Amino acid sequence: MSVWEFAVIAVLFGVGAYMVTERSLTRIALGVGVLGNGVNVVIITAGSNTGEAPILGRTGDLTDPLPQALVLTAIVIGFALLTFLMTLAWRNWTLTHDDEVEDDVEDRMIASRAERMDKSGDQPHHEDVVP
Amino acid sequence: MTSLVVLPVLIPLCAAAVMLILRSPMWQRVLSFVALLSSLAVAIAVLVEVWTDDEILVTRLGGWPGSFAISMVADRLAAVLVVVALGVTSTVLIFAIGQRSRDEQSPFYHPVYMVMTAGIVQAFLAGDLFNLFVAFEILLMASYVLLTLEGTREQIRSGTTYVVLNVIESLVLVVAVGLIFGATGTVNFAELPARLAELPDGVRNGLQLLLLVAFGIKAAVFPLFFWLPDSYPTAPSSASAVFAGLLTKVGVYCLIRVQTLLFPGEMRGLVLVVGALTMLVGVIGAISQQDMKRILSFHIVSQIGYMVFGLGIGGTAAIAATIFYLIHHIPVKTSLFLVEGIIERDSGSSSLASVSGLARRSPMLAMLFLVPALSLAGLPPLSGFLAKFAIVRAGLDDGHYVVVTVALVVSLLTLVSMVKIWVGAFWGEPSNDRDISQANILLASPSMSVATGMMVALSIAIAIGAGPLYEFAGDAARQVLDVGGYVVGVRGS
Repeated sequence: MSVWEFAVIAVLFGVGAYMVTERSLTRIALGVGVLGNGVNVVIITAGSNTGEAPILGRTGDLTDPLPQALVLTAIVIGFALLTFLMTLAWRNWTLTHDDEVEDDVEDRMIASRAERMDKSGDQPHHEDVVP
Repeated sequence: MTSLVVLPVLIPLCAAAVMLILRSPMWQRVLSFVALLSSLAVAIAVLVEVWTDDEILVTRLGGWPGSFAISMVADRLAAVLVVVALGVTSTVLIFAIGQRSRDEQSPFYHPVYMVMTAGIVQAFLAGDLFNLFVAFEILLMASYVLLTLEGTREQIRSGTTYVVLNVIESLVLVVAVGLIFGATGTVNFAELPARLAELPDGVRNGLQLLLLVAFGIKAAVFPLFFWLPDSYPTAPSSASAVFAGLLTKVGVYCLIRVQTLLFPGEMRGLVLVVGALTMLVGVIGAISQQDMKRILSFHIVSQIGYMVFGLGIGGTAAIAATIFYLIHHIPVKTSLFLVEGIIERDSGSSSLASVSGLARRSPMLAMLFLVPALSLAGLPPLSGFLAKFAIVRAGLDDGHYVVVTVALVVSLLTLVSMVKIWVGAFWGEPSNDRDISQANILLASPSMSVATGMMVALSIAIAIGAGPLYEFAGDAARQVLDVGGYVVGVRGS
């Protein structure tokens, strides 16, 4: 394991984490893709030694095939997730013509109710919450 | 006999594959039932076997020896949870078919529902960490689709949050799996306890924290719960009932495994504090809400706190109480969401401001709500009281007076918010609209009512059979805590 592998992991995680915190769903999806690749590099670097291809019948310094099998599965799953996220983004765009991830409506209503209560000092009325 | 263990996963998956070819709604429904009921029958057979013989059933896929095979493991805890999960999914299926909502008419509803069931069952039976990760992905992927099946604006909005959060949870989990493999050279649950014990403390703590965070997001514990009350209420009622009843409990189940099998009894203080905060924050969130589904969603968070609290106490009595709590909570929470589904179908809304007078219109429906609601709050003689009593007693025996106080206060606050639903939706004058107020709510869709009734009856049955069930939970807890026995049982040596 070399310092370059660490550097690659750090860059992938950094870029991915930054993009996931964006508001635009497309960027989040791309960020998830980058993070996913970072994770795959982690598994490969942490889990396997470098050596010959592990084929039945060969001897000598063989690599451990298990991390590669794990990463292969993780790549397939990551691909499916990314596709689903992109579909969500597309659906969101056709419905609202923007790509923003919005706040929860009910949360905002409760927050604004609390603000009004703070200003007027009143008790909340049941009717306040009817959207 | 041992190859039975894999069937409750395989049957729903094969049924899903057939259903994708066979698009007729009638056949899909029949096939769903056949698949779930036959899986349930197999699961009960496995449970009986595990219960009577005091052995752990293991299937090694592909027949590879020892730790090389992907193994499916059914011990007492896993077997009983599989039975409960399949019982709940079958009942909710009756409800969903009776509901005839837009999403149930979709040709993808039933296949996706089957895949989710298979994922849940596989998560309980997984014998290694990576298999567990795959099971999580299966059930999460299916839940994404169920949550956004109608594709409305509201569903897409909350679905986005849910999907992104869970994708990040999956990434944390897979990093944890990768690092654990890097550190120990295995992902098999039977090999891990010994190998993990050899690691330096710092590495162990890091790995444990990664797992706790990953499963904590799934179980919706205190700092990581915020996605849940936002996303569950927008799902169709039948889907949110399964989500509420089962998905978070898969997270709790994994937390139990982490705290008993992989890192026995470590970081209990942290788990205890997280449990107390989860209870408190969840119930306070519930009190501030004005919508039934949202109140109930916050209660999921709050109730998870009790189970995490039990886990934080540690020891046989507390783990037994946690297992009992887990088993009691699944039908109770599911039936509350089902009652909410009936109300929503009748009134077209789950907002407390627009629903009223249900008790006068349908006393039976009021009863169906009242029993699980009071059980959730922990009133005797219902199952919730017994579960809470067991956890509180274990807490007192261990001297955690502060957290026990929190648990009791939260119980009271739970009652307050249930009273809020009761006053808002069930008391008062029925709506003036003659067409609506004349119709009988329960007879409008008999199969929805029957399904809800079955869930409520199950929770009452748990209260009646509490003695034997608690003994069983104790046996399961002893088996879960006996790491050596697990290792020997799975290796088969």
